[in-house]
Amino acid sequence: MFDDTMWAFGRGSGIADLALLTVSLVAGILTRSGRPLPGVPRFALSLIHRNAALLAVAFLALHVGTLLIDPFAKLTLVDVVVPFLGADNPFWLGMGTLAVDLLIAIVVTALTRQVIGARAFKAVHWLAYAMWPVAMLHGVFEGTDGTDAWFLAGASAATLLVAGAVLWRLSPRFQETPRRTTAAARPAALTEPQVWRAP
Amino acid sequence: MTIETAAVRDSGTVLVSRLLAAGPDADLARHIACFGALDPVAAAPRLLAELEASGLTGRGGAGFAAWRKLAATARARDSAPRARPVVIANGAEGEPFSRKDETLLTNAPHLVIDGMLAAGAAVGAGELHLYASEPGLSAILGAVAERADAAGIRIVTAADTFLSGQASAVVNAIETGRPLPRDAVKHLGESGLRRRPTLLHNVETLAHIGLIARYGAAWFRAAGTPDDPGTRLVTLAGDVPRSQVLEVHGGARIDAVLAAAGAEHDRISAVLVGGYHGGWLTADQLGAGLSPAALAPYGAHPGAGILLALDRTRCAVQTTAEIVEYLAGQSARQCGPCLFGLPALAASWRELAAGVAAAESPRRAWDLADAVDGRGACAHPDGTARLSRSALRAFAADVEQHRHGRCLRATH
Amino acid sequence: MSQTISNGRPAQPGAAPALALHVDWTRCDGRGLCSEMLPEILGRDEWGYPIAAEQHRGRDIPVPAESEVAARNVMSLCPVLALRLTDPHAR
Repeated sequence: MFDDTMWAFGRGSGIADLALLTVSLVAGILTRSGRPLPGVPRFALSLIHRNAALLAVAFLALHVGTLLIDPFAKLTLVDVVVPFLGADNPFWLGMGTLAVDLLIAIVVTALTRQVIGARAFKAVHWLAYAMWPVAMLHGVFEGTDGTDAWFLAGASAATLLVAGAVLWRLSPRFQETPRRTTAAARPAALTEPQVWRAP
Repeated sequence: MTIETAAVRDSGTVLVSRLLAAGPDADLARHIACFGALDPVAAAPRLLAELEASGLTGRGGAGFAAWRKLAATARARDSAPRARPVVIANGAEGEPFSRKDETLLTNAPHLVIDGMLAAGAAVGAGELHLYASEPGLSAILGAVAERADAAGIRIVTAADTFLSGQASAVVNAIETGRPLPRDAVKHLGESGLRRRPTLLHNVETLAHIGLIARYGAAWFRAAGTPDDPGTRLVTLAGDVPRSQVLEVHGGARIDAVLAAAGAEHDRISAVLVGGYHGGWLTADQLGAGLSPAALAPYGAHPGAGILLALDRTRCAVQTTAEIVEYLAGQSARQCGPCLFGLPALAASWRELAAGVAAAESPRRAWDLADAVDGRGACAHPDGTARLSRSALRAFAADVEQHRHGRCLRATH
Repeated sequence: MSQTISNGRPAQPGAAPALALHVDWTRCDGRGLCSEMLPEILGRDEWGYPIAAEQHRGRDIPVPAESEVAARNVMSLCPVLALRLTDPHAR
């Protein structure tokens, strides 16, 4: 009975986690665009992005914690941070571990970015685009409900949403305000002053 | 050594021979024969007090009191003894028509070196750098080779851009090789090259320091005026018979300086004082002295001592439009308001110059100047705004004519 | 140094501000979060970059005491870490 409850929490928190990471990623892309949503100002989108990620960490702790306690899951502490060493289904379990490692790196650098500086923060943050598919694949192939129709439906919807957001991210007029780097790439204006020419 | 200490306004000449008294291309022997030897270490303890008494201000454009920078650097060193200060001599001279730094470096490099060594000794510097481009670079290399005490001076080649002489760009160039301005919360004297206290001075300022270290504050003040003591190098360019560099008394009348350069006073309709970030003075205003106080009412400043003369047949609106176009092109393109605002200002002036301006064009130029002023990592947008406002004021009549498709000048 | 006047808008009388907002213009990308969160101090220019709502002395934008908390939030939320709070009397 207890085992079943643990197992249910383990699965449920994992699914909630995927949902929260999806929300965080899409909100992150929206934040990057510098655009608001109707009724949702830019700073609010930034806070949604951040809070969804922090909630995802909380649910991740629940997910990992319940599975550690559950004897049926055969999860060890090492498996939580070192990927591909698990007893059951090591590869897809390891993908989950990989996602945990990436998420920890992303969140810790984000929380300490004022200290570590913008460049280091940004470099690690790009890993979010790797972390999301890794987590999703772990959910599909390792998760107990991974191949159930309702789960696959939800996973497909999330994947379409993320794919659409990423395509938008790569599109030319993605950012609301004119981009400095694009402008800077324009050829330099005349460097020799053409002033005071002979009249 | 010949020092002309004649009173400024009433005597016949504004010219002085101090910095260039050792003659053209002075080598070490002629330098010492003219000025005498200098022991920078012996001069160090008194130097700060002498500089303060002398009233020497920076000759690189900003015009801060020279002693204040030294004091700030020394203070920063005292509060963090492990960070040995750095001295940087800035000979970049980004202003296109200015040639005074080049002239000084090629003809009196040893004075610049003396100033660096004296200032370096006074602040306890661990590193000395000089930033310049040809032809001054070769001259300095030759001068350094002639003397043992200059062996520690590191010479860095300056970029050939308008912003290359901007203080934080110089530090950035020496530190990373990128001659672009950097954001700063602290003054360079507190934190500059590799976060060390940095004393950055124009090469002319250092040359004056080299002389003050020898002869003292009273000697320095024997030239110039009480509120603008000493001398300064001035470049005359634009519509003058011959572009040249002159050394003049502080506070010298602009028309007297133009006359000394052989410019025909009645052919000149306006002078751009202080270079492309300076202010325009019209013909009736040229009696003003080349000093901060005398120029302040016109929104101008001696700056790096460049006077650009405008012939009465040259269109002031067209000339200003070309300058703004140049300045827009010289943006470092790091900061949004500058990167986007200056080209917009240039477009506005281009319309005015072409005579196709709508009624709003001058208004647009005023608004853009207000929009970009003070909003950048360096003062490039501020200087461009100053130039634009100055032109709109000084040439209001020309601008008004241009709006109706006409021009007051003979040619275009 | 002579006074830098930003914008032609009239200055507001009142108590001397405790802090000033310093923009690192080499980082600012005009994303618009700061002007949203501090509308009484910041507007946006035509290219999206923050601009002081009122004329002020110096390059940094004064932050009145009642806006200090909001300013600190803005500083931590700026996506490119372009904002810093400084003592306006230090420079």
